[in-house]
Amino acid sequence: MRAIFKREVSAYFNSLIGYIFLAAFFAASGVLFGITSVTKSPTDGLLYLTTDMSGMYSILFFALLVLIPILTMRTLSEDKKNKTDQCLLTAPISLNALVLGKFLAAFMIYSIGVCMTLVYAIVLNFFAEVIWLEVLGNVVGLLLVGAAFISVGVFISSLTENQVIAAVGGFVSMCALYLISSIAAIIPIDWIKNILMKLSFADRYYRFTYGIFDFSNVLFFISAAVIFLFLTVRVLERRRWTNS
Amino acid sequence: MIEVKNLCKSYGDKKAVDNISFKAHDGEILGFLGPNGAGKSTTMNILTGYLSSSSGEAYINGHEILENPIEAKKEIGYLPEFPPLYMDMTVKEYLYFIYELKGVKLPRNTHLKEICELVKIDHVYNRMIKNLSKGYKQRVGVAQALVGNPNVLILDEPTVGLDPKQIIEIRTLIRKLGKNHTVILSSHILSEVQAVCDRVVVINQGKIVADDTADNLSNALTADHKLIARIDGPREEVIKVISAIPGVVSVLADMQREKGVWEYNIEAVEGTDIRRELNRRLAARNWYIMSLRSSELTLEDIFLRLTMGESVDEFINKKASDLDDDGEDEKE
Repeated sequence: MRAIFKREVSAYFNSLIGYIFLAAFFAASGVLFGITSVTKSPTDGLLYLTTDMSGMYSILFFALLVLIPILTMRTLSEDKKNKTDQCLLTAPISLNALVLGKFLAAFMIYSIGVCMTLVYAIVLNFFAEVIWLEVLGNVVGLLLVGAAFISVGVFISSLTENQVIAAVGGFVSMCALYLISSIAAIIPIDWIKNILMKLSFADRYYRFTYGIFDFSNVLFFISAAVIFLFLTVRVLERRRWTNS
Repeated sequence: MIEVKNLCKSYGDKKAVDNISFKAHDGEILGFLGPNGAGKSTTMNILTGYLSSSSGEAYINGHEILENPIEAKKEIGYLPEFPPLYMDMTVKEYLYFIYELKGVKLPRNTHLKEICELVKIDHVYNRMIKNLSKGYKQRVGVAQALVGNPNVLILDEPTVGLDPKQIIEIRTLIRKLGKNHTVILSSHILSEVQAVCDRVVVINQGKIVADDTADNLSNALTADHKLIARIDGPREEVIKVISAIPGVVSVLADMQREKGVWEYNIEAVEGTDIRRELNRRLAARNWYIMSLRSSELTLEDIFLRLTMGESVDEFINKKASDLDDDGEDEKE
């Protein structure tokens, strides 16, 4: 697993995708930080600063929908296309280790991006007191929802050998996960509606930005990540039987 | 040592590998000979755990590949048909990665240096793999298979796409490796398998059609009754004279190779040797044989022989009479 992790992290920086992802993530979070924490009042024209960063964190969710598919599109599809999967699948490692190594590498790059948001909080700390627990809660929330999205992206990437399809597929499925609660709202059957409401990634993530640290939400995102990684392993396993 | 028992693999209705059984002993080079699509790569992919068999067992040094995959895979070095190289890495980075991936315990730098010297890639060690030529990529692929010094080497068409010099180098290397490894290599070229392998398994359409030592197989498959001769003499008359030799079924003038020297494809009834008679009759007319060799069997011929059994004579005779007709056309 360590070998795969190391190779994947270096591949992100060899292939520019790592830089592109981080640049885009920093740009998105920077712009959002500027808009939400430093505002100019339309009435008196004065600058208002706030140490409440929840606005940035909640809108950053939308950036993830676009950025995470870029991060995960090549994870398994590229190996299949270049036939390097023959080297990985015939090596004495388990499929779990293979998938986990790929996932952790993507998660590592993502974490570098998320940690950048802490820099904004440190900057704000020079001007006024920052509620650190709330900021940390937000960071943990962002990491968790990211982990779940990355594992969805890795799963989509295992289904195709075309990176573009993997990226678009990832984007569409993440949008679908985001829209679950909106879809649920128009379903008249109560029990289906309730189940779908419970599955909403966005609603659960917004709880973190409200400053509520609920362990059931932590558990939800971790389980989602585990489930999709498990499904990825099953896809690879199935491919050995059908070679498709 | 590799032991394969009743291995089958089917994709839907199509049987890619149909009930294959064979053994490869320690220190033996086993050749897999078959045309494209015969099931060579599929068999190799099953042996290495890349694909799962539909039924049957494959033991690598006593470890069943499906039941005990990690242990079995530790024993194998695999070079697939397309070397699995990461183009964005240097040779060094790639071999370090493979070293770590396989969890090798040997001292890293000396071990990798030995391998690089063996396959002669030490002078491209720090170059990006994508910038290497096809031959070097293939060698990096071989190096990758050798990392960890596995007991069993499985090489899928290791010389495809290489130039003749590289082919000879790779063959020499394989023979060298065969002394202390079990090697399985596949090829669709008969002469390659004969040159390198101790034993040959011929497969066609997923089935084993022959399993014998290379020498036995080539003795059984010599074609002394099919000759290619270059003869200095008037074409029409030469054809007439050769056709008159008892046993000859067809004579075909191919093309003029030198001034006045034509190349002829001569086919006699199987089992007859017409070379002496040919010499005598041509010499009597003061025509000269400039070169004489037996035509090599094509892979198609081999499969015909091995698969068609007794009906092969009938087939050849039919083919001969077709050729005869062509020959007559040419005469006119």
